[in-house]
Amino acid sequence: MSEESKHGLLIDYEYCTGCHTCEIACSQEYRWSAGMAGMKVMEIVESLPNDKAYLVYLPFPTELCVLCAARTKKGLEPACVQHCMAACIKYGPVEELAKEMTGKQRMVLFSLR
Amino acid sequence: MRNRKTQIVRTTTWSAGPGCHGGCGVLAHIRDGKLVKIEGDREHPWNQGRLCARVLAMTQYVEHPDRLTKPLKRVGERGEGKWQKISWDEAFNLIEKRMKGIREDFGPESMIFSMGTGRDISPWICMLAYAFGSPNVMFALSGNACYSPRIAAVDMIQGDYCVFDAGQWLPNRYDDPRFKVPECMIVWGYNIHATCPDNLFGHWIIDLMKRGTKIISIDPRLSWFASRAKKWLQIRPGTDPALAMGLLHVIINENLFDRKFVEQWTNGPHLIRTDTGKLLRENDLTPEGSADNFVVWDKAGEKPAIWDTAEVAYKETAVEPDLSGPFDIALKDGTVAACGTVWDAFCLEVNKYPLDKVEEVTWVPAKEIAEAARLYARSKPAAIQWGMPIDMTPAITPLCQAIASLWAITGNLEVPGGNVVARSAFDAVAYALPGSTGVIKLKNQEQDRLRIGADRYGPFKKFIWRTQTDLALEQIFTGKPYPIKGMWIQTSNPLSGIGMDPRRWLEALKKLDFIVTVDLFMTPTAQYADVVLPAATFLEKDGVRSWWVPLQTINKAMSVGECKPDVEINFELAKRFDPDLKWKDVRELFDDIIKPSGLNFEQLQKKGWAYPPEGHPSAPYHRHERGLLRADKKPGFQTPTGKFELYSTLREEWGLEPLPHHEEPPFTPVSRPDLSKEFPLILSTGRRSPAYFNAEHRMIPWLRAIDPDPIVEIHPDTASSNGIGNGEWVWIENWMGRAKFKAKLTRVVPRWMVMAAHGWWFPEKEGAEPSLYGTWESNINLLLPMNAQGKDGLGSPIKHSMCRIYKVGGKEE
Repeated sequence: MSEESKHGLLIDYEYCTGCHTCEIACSQEYRWSAGMAGMKVMEIVESLPNDKAYLVYLPFPTELCVLCAARTKKGLEPACVQHCMAACIKYGPVEELAKEMTGKQRMVLFSLR
Repeated sequence: MRNRKTQIVRTTTWSAGPGCHGGCGVLAHIRDGKLVKIEGDREHPWNQGRLCARVLAMTQYVEHPDRLTKPLKRVGERGEGKWQKISWDEAFNLIEKRMKGIREDFGPESMIFSMGTGRDISPWICMLAYAFGSPNVMFALSGNACYSPRIAAVDMIQGDYCVFDAGQWLPNRYDDPRFKVPECMIVWGYNIHATCPDNLFGHWIIDLMKRGTKIISIDPRLSWFASRAKKWLQIRPGTDPALAMGLLHVIINENLFDRKFVEQWTNGPHLIRTDTGKLLRENDLTPEGSADNFVVWDKAGEKPAIWDTAEVAYKETAVEPDLSGPFDIALKDGTVAACGTVWDAFCLEVNKYPLDKVEEVTWVPAKEIAEAARLYARSKPAAIQWGMPIDMTPAITPLCQAIASLWAITGNLEVPGGNVVARSAFDAVAYALPGSTGVIKLKNQEQDRLRIGADRYGPFKKFIWRTQTDLALEQIFTGKPYPIKGMWIQTSNPLSGIGMDPRRWLEALKKLDFIVTVDLFMTPTAQYADVVLPAATFLEKDGVRSWWVPLQTINKAMSVGECKPDVEINFELAKRFDPDLKWKDVRELFDDIIKPSGLNFEQLQKKGWAYPPEGHPSAPYHRHERGLLRADKKPGFQTPTGKFELYSTLREEWGLEPLPHHEEPPFTPVSRPDLSKEFPLILSTGRRSPAYFNAEHRMIPWLRAIDPDPIVEIHPDTASSNGIGNGEWVWIENWMGRAKFKAKLTRVVPRWMVMAAHGWWFPEKEGAEPSLYGTWESNINLLLPMNAQGKDGLGSPIKHSMCRIYKVGGKEE
């Protein structure tokens, strides 16, 4: 297993506001054409009892995500992580990120290559 | 040999590009003179490395194949789309000749200078208009309903505008020991994290939430803030004043207000005559008394005492003002007048809004209002931040009075984590925002005499230095009291974005003899110009940003074609119109603007940004106590009374209701039940998209992919009962017209309201008439009126109207 395989993205979706910064930061970094990016922000409107609803935005890493290996090698954060307006995406070793998850609800961890 | 090295230019966003009100620090990566990448500046205290989608898409913006890169002269009929490329010299000469012709034949006031949202073109457009000699700078929105009404209303009663505190005045921000995290924040009709309007970084509120701030959201939609809120008050659009009065009702009647602040810092103790309902003044008591001085009842001396507004103090010593009457006061003519206090009158007005009544008006359950009021009032500190829906209703000023009273009487004004006075850093003011005069100003007051609306509406005499837009548009048709012959339109697109009733705007444009537009792309509006000038993005220019704190420079990183910065375009023409222009070049102008900081442009550019030091009037907190708000350095506010005015002396002078109150707006199911059978749904508009700033950006591929179509949000049940499926095209229609939108079925809107996106035109479609880039297809402004402004000329019913919906190609058509 390579060093990179242990890394992932921890997303605190409680604070994602759906600004799509992660998508465009990625499109810019890799010059993807419109509609392609290593992140895709999804809008989920949860229906709850008593006619209530909850609005969630979830940034989802796509098949195009390479965890910005070239950037992280230089000590930079992945493009989506640095620019995230809500600072709700974290890059790091999966084990460390998993530990962080235990202290907060509404988080998801994506393991990536 | 080509230099393959990438050069990194540190600069500040503002103006064309992201389109917002700016402030973010960015690093532009330039190679061979081209932008290859743009990143957030991690060292910049404003955004701390973060950036929005619109800035990150700048590589697609600057080199876009449709960018205007050369001046154009119209060679066909207006709207025919026939243009000839000309040189800048030819363009300047042509404009100079035509505009001087208008000035000679009709007077300088016959040219209107029209602008869009508050960016760095605002000072430069004023510079050009004033050099030409015209006072008519126009912000082309009905009722001037974006921000300046809020600023004017708050200036009126508080002397200075204020915003929520995210430590933005302090370089170390949240870590500065002087700063406190608000325990609670009311986010009132504000989708700020999408697009960052109002000169604030929207995600500061998210930063605060992570640090513990609880949110009260006031919004008819389940916005992101509403979804995360401790309390969500789902309000009927346009009833905000009633809700604010309801919140005051709870806070006052449950004794949750800061009595000391009310006694000491508001005009609550000032006496009002019961017979006239007006403020008692010193000249009512004694013949030699001043009409500018007011009267309180001194509990200690058991007699009236005089509040001297020149001294900002009582004339007598050790006065203990009584907050509540009644009192019998002997007048100079020997009669006795029954009086109460301002506080009595304020409470009497507030008590007209018991919560059952407020529930009936606003559709927000009384229990929810009470709980929200208690949460806000018991949280110390607490802040309120508001958005465009406040301006986009005709009773904007009474509404602002009510909301501002909330932060004042709860003691949250000028405290860390509360609502903090926002002044230009170092008091370096480029141009006249409401309530201030800047470096750029009219040569003399006489020139201002003819400004459209200044003679009709109080706030336009005192706080707003623009034309009243509805009157300006009408004057193009009537020619009274003087003809309007030409228009300079700079980075604004009234046919697609800022103009209500846009077909009337088109008719108006057609009546004019000469139109110049300055823009980055051809727009529907620019199709009617005689000359179109290509403007630069923020990356292609030098500039200064003195809109609140910090003071920043914009630093030129590159050039595109023959595009010129707005400031350079306007400066060249300003010199031609006014040979005595104060500055010899643009650099000297920048130096003049930032002079109060003690730095020149070059020095500030090297620093990048500068924060005013502790003790400066543009640095927080408690400035009213420290004598930092008034020119005379006395404690207090820069209002006519020197106090926060719960009862507005200026509104009294203008013959308008001096106290906050609710007015049911036009075009609601309550004010127009006759219309509600045919148009059963509430129509709201203006919901922000993170991809676009109002009518901009539809041509940027990355951004368009985020938000490809004009969307109307419809509740699934409402859609179902109208036979509409998700993704289907629907007509939204009312008595003014109709527009076509793509249905998004979503529970974020209530069953009784639809939310239509604004600012839609289609740069990919044919530009010439009749298509005009499809600007008549999905333009929600076709359903919204001009000439429905508030009593003081401010505000307009934009956020609330009425409509019906039906499927395109369905049986209703």
